[in-house]
Amino acid sequence: MLEVKNLSVSINGRKILDDLDLTVRDGEVAALMGPNGSGKSTLSHVIAGRKDYMVESGDILLNGESLLDLEPDVRAAKGLFLAFQYPIEIPGVATLTFLKATVNAQCKRRGQEELSTPDFMKRVKAAANKLKISQEMLKRALNVGFSGGEKKRMDILQMALLEPSFAILDETDSGLDIDALRVVAGGVNALRAPGRGFLVITHYQRLLDYVVPDTVHVMAHGRIMRSGGKELAVELEKSGYRDYNAVPAVA
Amino acid sequence: MAAVQETVDRVKAIDVSEYKYGYCFDIESDKAPKGLNEETVRFISAKKNEPAWLTEWRLGAYRRWLTMTEPRWARVEYPKIDFQDIYYYSAPKTAAGPKSLEDVDPELLKVYAKLGIPLREQEALAGISPDRRIAVDAVFDSVSVVTTFKEELAKAGVIFCPISEAVHSHPELVQKYLGSVVPTTDNYYATLNSAVFSDGSFVYVPPGVRCPMELSTYFRINEQNTGQFERTLIIADKGSYVSYLEGCTAPKRDENQLHAAVVELIAHDDAEIKYSTVQNWYPGDADGRGGIYNFVTKRGDCRGANSKISWTQVETGSAITWKYPSCILRGDNSRGEFYSIAISNGRQQVDSGTKMIHLGKNTTSRVISKGISAGRSQNTYRGQISAHRKATGARNFTNCDSLLIGNSCGAHTVPYIESKNPSAQFEHEATTSKISEDQLFFCMQRGLSAEEATALIVNGFVRDVLQQLPMEFAVEAQKLIAISLEGSVG
Repeated sequence: MLEVKNLSVSINGRKILDDLDLTVRDGEVAALMGPNGSGKSTLSHVIAGRKDYMVESGDILLNGESLLDLEPDVRAAKGLFLAFQYPIEIPGVATLTFLKATVNAQCKRRGQEELSTPDFMKRVKAAANKLKISQEMLKRALNVGFSGGEKKRMDILQMALLEPSFAILDETDSGLDIDALRVVAGGVNALRAPGRGFLVITHYQRLLDYVVPDTVHVMAHGRIMRSGGKELAVELEKSGYRDYNAVPAVA
Repeated sequence: MAAVQETVDRVKAIDVSEYKYGYCFDIESDKAPKGLNEETVRFISAKKNEPAWLTEWRLGAYRRWLTMTEPRWARVEYPKIDFQDIYYYSAPKTAAGPKSLEDVDPELLKVYAKLGIPLREQEALAGISPDRRIAVDAVFDSVSVVTTFKEELAKAGVIFCPISEAVHSHPELVQKYLGSVVPTTDNYYATLNSAVFSDGSFVYVPPGVRCPMELSTYFRINEQNTGQFERTLIIADKGSYVSYLEGCTAPKRDENQLHAAVVELIAHDDAEIKYSTVQNWYPGDADGRGGIYNFVTKRGDCRGANSKISWTQVETGSAITWKYPSCILRGDNSRGEFYSIAISNGRQQVDSGTKMIHLGKNTTSRVISKGISAGRSQNTYRGQISAHRKATGARNFTNCDSLLIGNSCGAHTVPYIESKNPSAQFEHEATTSKISEDQLFFCMQRGLSAEEATALIVNGFVRDVLQQLPMEFAVEAQKLIAISLEGSVG
């Protein structure tokens, strides 16, 4: 379970998140929608532990434990995963090498035994097949020269291998054509499980046709403005965000 | 893949700023009096029982040296060296000239065991499959202490022995080739080396012979206030092939120590020499105290047609590195290669690169240089590519990449390109990049610590060069890269 409590965050003195509250339960898929600049990506980065931001107040709890003082790699080992809006290229590092290093690093940090190479390869092959990722692609340097769709599928592959207890997908649908969107959504749906929560950040209803959310939250001006069921996303698709763009009246 | 994992493990296992080879051993030694004069030169020559021509050769170099001044064009800074405050000769005190391992001082064997260098042939055989054997020449301070697999190499006709021994056993070869690539007049440190060199390795591979195993020399400076001046001479006769590896370590000391080596390679028609170095001399502490001054002249002469010389180096140690392994492409269709990884951290200063001198027709060369700077270090690539007016069809490709870690280090690239032949084609590519916050954050989000992430990204950056190293050295180099970058992030 992810709990964001009264979280206020600024960067260079500018407030981005303003007393934000959000709870996503185990097994729940929550969609986070909102106009550009509403603070959605900032929220995902702050949860994952990026250092550029100043947390002024509030707390972030994963399964009841505060994440704020932990390094990003420790948060990852506690079960947090972030699929990036723009997955990063690592030149010269073969994708397989990277996957194995990360899986083993997390195993070790959790005090679990590392996977043997044959076991690891079996798992990678099975997961890669589901996402239509070729063996050849696994040998290439991570994300270097990959298309937008390939990068997103690669991120979902990492999620599948790392088996997080909570995953944030930051605009995973951006830059995807409809076929790629189906593959990625299929990958996400396959990972839905009672013990695993998702926060799906998106601008559009489109992704939510394939990954059907349990709850939908609308964010603007650094806070959650409205929450509801999946019908809220449909409504937003019709009316747009104009109702949320106005600066809120001081309460 | 396993090797990368190992790198990652090593980063975690080893304490930051711990120089692994920093211990010093108590071994009785036989030294020349401190300081440098004609007597010192004669003392060294007499210790080695050298023929008159060599004594004169040394003295000629010494007299020349007196007229020279230290080069100051490199981008390195250090206080003036007092050449009278150095011991120029130090030898472990054992019965002169060990004949076999049984004659070697057990203390010495312990040193090499601790350094992880297999000197006993049966030990070397035990861990390594028969087709990956390595013959080792171990040089301790000023003398070679043991050479392994000598007999087996002799069967193939390959001569691999200390140069001090070759002077006596193969005088005609030594006299013919010594100084023929790096003349005694070449430069300040090479000239000094010519005067006082004490030992090093000698290799001769006869025509048509493919050397049956990798040859390797491990250099170790142990004594205090002692300079190490080794001299290596490798000759590959027509149609032969040899691969040679060199490794170096030194104890931690507060004062700077001078290491001024000369390496000469000669490749005749259709011959190939592959020379690999993993240099890990003590780099000094975090404040820049101590460390080795590594002022080395390495040059290969592609004397014959279709010959090839390839330098591969992984430079992680030394307080100051001043080193430009070069190729003279004299024979038609000859080829020179230079693959380099130079890593600097702390207060280290590196000024390194290569020269490719195209003299013959259709000569080709390739330069791949990867410089990595961290801490407060300065890392300079300095390279010269030139085509003589007769070098029709000469081609060079140079790729020079620099990676910066942190905000207090520097990377510099100084290429010199000269062509006197209109048909020459020279290409130069260069990039400078920084490990980005995005890359680090991405890797950490996936579970790698900051240091593991840095090691992984750096290993990716240097991959083209690591692939050129013999397998065992590639693994060693990868570990070394991780260790030398410790404490560079966070």
